[in-house]
Amino acid sequence: MEKSLSWREFIITRLIQGSGYSAILFVALIFFFLLREGLPTLREVDISSLLNVRWYPIESYYGILPLITGTLIVTIGATLIAVPFGIGTAVYISEVAPRWMREILKPIVELLGGLPSVVLGFLGILVMVPYIRLFMNLPTGLTAFTGSLLLGAIAVPTVVTVAEDALDSVPRAYREGAWALGATRWQTIWRVTLPAAKSGVLTGVMLGVGRAIGETMAVMMVTGNAPVMSLRLNSLFSPARTMTATIAAEMGEVANGSTHYHVLFFIGMMLFIISMIVNIIASSVLFRSKKRAERILS
Amino acid sequence: MIESPISSGRNHCSAGLLVRVPASDYNSVPMKRAFLLFLLFSFILISCSPTNNSSVSKSSANYIENKGSDTIVNLALAWAERYQTEHPNISISVTGGGSGTGIASLVNGTVDIANASRKIKEEEVAEAKSNGVDPVEHIIARDAIAVIVNPGNPVSELTLQQISDIYSGKYSNWLEVGGEDRPIVRLSRETNSGTHVYFLETVLRLGNKEDKTLFSMDTLLLPSSEGIISEVRDNPNAIGYDGLGYVPDDLKMIAIAKEEGGAYVLPSIDTVNDKSYAVARDLYMYTDGEPKGIVKEYLDWILTDEAQLIVADLGFVPVLK
Repeated sequence: MEKSLSWREFIITRLIQGSGYSAILFVALIFFFLLREGLPTLREVDISSLLNVRWYPIESYYGILPLITGTLIVTIGATLIAVPFGIGTAVYISEVAPRWMREILKPIVELLGGLPSVVLGFLGILVMVPYIRLFMNLPTGLTAFTGSLLLGAIAVPTVVTVAEDALDSVPRAYREGAWALGATRWQTIWRVTLPAAKSGVLTGVMLGVGRAIGETMAVMMVTGNAPVMSLRLNSLFSPARTMTATIAAEMGEVANGSTHYHVLFFIGMMLFIISMIVNIIASSVLFRSKKRAERILS
Repeated sequence: MIESPISSGRNHCSAGLLVRVPASDYNSVPMKRAFLLFLLFSFILISCSPTNNSSVSKSSANYIENKGSDTIVNLALAWAERYQTEHPNISISVTGGGSGTGIASLVNGTVDIANASRKIKEEEVAEAKSNGVDPVEHIIARDAIAVIVNPGNPVSELTLQQISDIYSGKYSNWLEVGGEDRPIVRLSRETNSGTHVYFLETVLRLGNKEDKTLFSMDTLLLPSSEGIISEVRDNPNAIGYDGLGYVPDDLKMIAIAKEEGGAYVLPSIDTVNDKSYAVARDLYMYTDGEPKGIVKEYLDWILTDEAQLIVADLGFVPVLK
């Protein structure tokens, strides 16, 4: 009996270990696949034409700069919306809201996070696009800004969930100490609780940004997908084409192994690298502040 | 110690992986864990086990797989529905995805019929030949592309040259083509759409193969017909194009003249048939080799009056024999 139990234990442990390691294996395989399919781009297309400003693949114009700037401007817009809104919501849920309110708000925010982005895209195209055109007096409502708003809404639940957990784990003694010193509620939040939860809040922001960069469907539906260079501030209010939307829109059509196919994988490779960088920044921030916390505690 | 009740022989492969717990502890944490593990492993087992019902492939005698052009997908669906009610033993699966997707599937041998709103390209024929597939073309309907604007836009007639100049970016205000002082918002289908390529060749380049005119860079590329229609319906600045079959009544179609001084012609079944409307094309189905068996019967039925009536119902143009 004892023996068979330990034998079972062994198998279960190994299975769990295996599924843990499989994540590494999958990421490595995916990256290898992206490299294998994407790197031939550098042989088939000149760097100078890759850095061109026109993306029109069916006539062999492979300028990816408009796509990169499109992704950047939409993501920056989304971050500017999601960060204050997300942190504000997290602070409200964790610090201000009464208990019953918290019980209602948390599941609702999580529900928002589980909403399929294509549903948000539909809402965007039917409701937001017409009103953005009218209110802001733009030629069209299909703009990078519309995409940013939607992506912001998609990123907010991620930011809220992670930041709220971080705020929640700040010891109660910190707040009580601040109140004892006569700090107002706002002072406590701004000077004590938020700084104490900084690393978790930053992780939430980074994960939210990562979510925004990778989002495809909603963006494809509302940004207009015009591959124009977005360099000025007002580019936010004109159409843009993101890298993800490009891959999604064009992958279905390309002939396997063609230059266009390789360029799309090259874009995928760049997206992979970008989200890897975002993740590395997030975890290094987390790691650094963890070390600091250990130092304080010792 | 007894075997936990949930593992009562339903799946004896995973039973060995369960943790044995006392029966009195039914709701304990290990019990729940065991249940979760049970679920996990049964999913794995189910997904690993060979499925016997996956034999629905093209080899099956009563099954037709039909895929391709999004322009044709509604028509193909309507045909398939009617045909299946008349021949209950036949089942036809219709999916969209674009002409290129359909032809690629034919080349890979995963479909019986590929729908395309453009002729097959030479490269695609070469790829098919190297895969041992011999694409055979069937013209199954005709389609006209309507240029559409918001009903509030006073412009109602344009020459092909003017439309070309609008889309290439030469004109960017409606004033320049006789409209109000508004910016022009150009809408187009994505580059993977057969309609996009057809519009580029026929309108932007006016059928001239040497012409290298491109869409203006700020042309909005929308992934679906619905996207174009909802934006045109909503935005008085917009100009778009779409298959005649997809234009709803509340949008305004532009009457097009082939050249300056020519007659402005609105797209309709009659004007496409008498070739007076400039932007019209054939729609195709491709099969691997001459069709045989049920595929042949289906394609023959498509050219009957009954099936071509459905073509007209959907706003496409029937093939005249």
